[in-house]
Amino acid sequence: MAAITSASEASAQAPAPGAPAAHRRSWPVWRWAVLLIAALYFLIPLYAGLQFAGLKAFTQVTSYPQFGSAFVLSLRLAAIATVLTLVLMVPTAVYVHLRLPRIRRLMEAITILPIVIPPIVLIIGVLKVAPSFLIGTPDLLGLEYVILAMPFAYRSLDVGLRSFDVKTLVEASNSLGAGWPTTLWRVVIPNLRTAMLSATVLTVALVLGEYTMASLDNFQTFPVWIVNFEQNSGNVSVAASLLALFVTWLLLMLIVTLGSRSARKHGGAQVQLFSVSTRQASQTVGEPE
Amino acid sequence: MAEVATQAAAPEVQTSGARPGRVSGIVRGALRWAGVLPFGAYVALGLAGPTIAIAVAAFQDSNTNAATFSNMDAAVHGTYFTGLQNSIELSLVSAIVPGIVGVLVAYAIFTAKRGNVLRRVVITASGVFANFGGVPLAFLFIASLSTTGVVTGWIKDVSSVDIWNHGFTLYNVKGIFLAYLYFQIPLMVLVIMPALEGLRPAWREAAQNMGASTWQYWRYVGGPVLFPPFLGCLLLLFGSAFSAYATAEALTGGTVALTPIQIGALLNGNVVAGQQNLGYALGLIMVVLIAIVMIAYTILQRRAARWLR
Repeated sequence: MAAITSASEASAQAPAPGAPAAHRRSWPVWRWAVLLIAALYFLIPLYAGLQFAGLKAFTQVTSYPQFGSAFVLSLRLAAIATVLTLVLMVPTAVYVHLRLPRIRRLMEAITILPIVIPPIVLIIGVLKVAPSFLIGTPDLLGLEYVILAMPFAYRSLDVGLRSFDVKTLVEASNSLGAGWPTTLWRVVIPNLRTAMLSATVLTVALVLGEYTMASLDNFQTFPVWIVNFEQNSGNVSVAASLLALFVTWLLLMLIVTLGSRSARKHGGAQVQLFSVSTRQASQTVGEPE
Repeated sequence: MAEVATQAAAPEVQTSGARPGRVSGIVRGALRWAGVLPFGAYVALGLAGPTIAIAVAAFQDSNTNAATFSNMDAAVHGTYFTGLQNSIELSLVSAIVPGIVGVLVAYAIFTAKRGNVLRRVVITASGVFANFGGVPLAFLFIASLSTTGVVTGWIKDVSSVDIWNHGFTLYNVKGIFLAYLYFQIPLMVLVIMPALEGLRPAWREAAQNMGASTWQYWRYVGGPVLFPPFLGCLLLLFGSAFSAYATAEALTGGTVALTPIQIGALLNGNVVAGQQNLGYALGLIMVVLIAIVMIAYTILQRRAARWLR
């Protein structure tokens, strides 16, 4: 459930807490102690990982023959999942926004379902019902990753669609004589670029780190390779883990940067790395009942 | 908000798009649903189908497909019951402890000014760490706390005590708990932050004007307002820990009795054949438990919405 999470927080509900200065001065010791302990807990394992792996292990990781095939498989699945996610979710989200706004709540509920059904349960169900021509191929994983990425992708797009006036732009485009494909391609998508990019990044990050489904489907993706490799050499596995981590972090930091830039541009909602459930929560909180 | 505006404007879209003529309303309505058909089909095949298949198979005999309760019966007895118990206990502890720590961290940065560097660093780091579970996390903890781990070495150097000789192990439920803190604490910081931000400074000022002490403010104002969202966030953390598989599997190699691990073992063919449907039964139990937790979470968030908006 704590998979890749994204969302945005509606802009500030309240100004900075205006605690009196005298009050604030009495906090620091307590505050610093908590933050210091937390920082230690989070940084020590990272440092330990670096030291445990050793610099040599990092150069060794890429030289194992199976590293290449595992990494390529993960990239291939990421590509399949991303393309399918965009092709499926962008038109759906736009359509719901324009034509079926009354099912938006329903869409939110449906797209949150993959979080309720744990990946371990979903994959055993999928392997039970999948047609035989899909069972033998890793592409089945690519298809299922679209489902896993749905909560994050849909929410990113939903936030994007709320940040500009889709309806007016689409009507303007139509009244100027543009057909639907032109409108979608030249009016809607350019405005959705940030949202689509964040949906893409989240999907890629999720696929690159996904272990549960891949291991039960018996395909050696990158995370599965890391675990299988442990038997041979612990420090190479740790080095590979750190590499995987840094790639994911870079991707996630990219969203934060893009999000704050677009927030500055639109002056509206700020995209942040938030849990998808927060997003749902803040929506529930923010919406009139 | 924006939602209201769009919804209010919705009928206008329909009429402006409608051509004069005698197209039947039913056909028109059906056509409008056609736009979400691909999405609906994908969800039906990729999500609903597999879930229903599990729910059905949970009540079928593994060999004969005859209807039976024996899978469900086995799922709540013996080692599988222990697995469920361990999973629920682990998830409870992995919700409550990080929940409390998370509130403390969130409050520590909340008292800083908005736009404060420290605050931004903590929020961004939380976003990144909350997303960091799975295999790499397990290996960071192996690097730190295994018998040859770096932190184990430090402790040995400082106190000449080898914690592994004194009953410590990373490869059981307690070790998994230590690792889960790593993504649960940041998750708590993220999900509780909006609730903290919803506490109006005016309430505190009003309480102080009426002579309330800090304790009284928290006891009668802040606490009661924060309690429902806090409980909701704990449920979320519970669900997050309960459905996690990769970290525990990679850390312990599948040797620990937790429900997700047991499902994996049953369906991987590592266990006696003819028991797959027991795995489906366990899967169904997990889904039902998480569904209950999420419904309770939604209700608590609704309740929280009364004050925090």
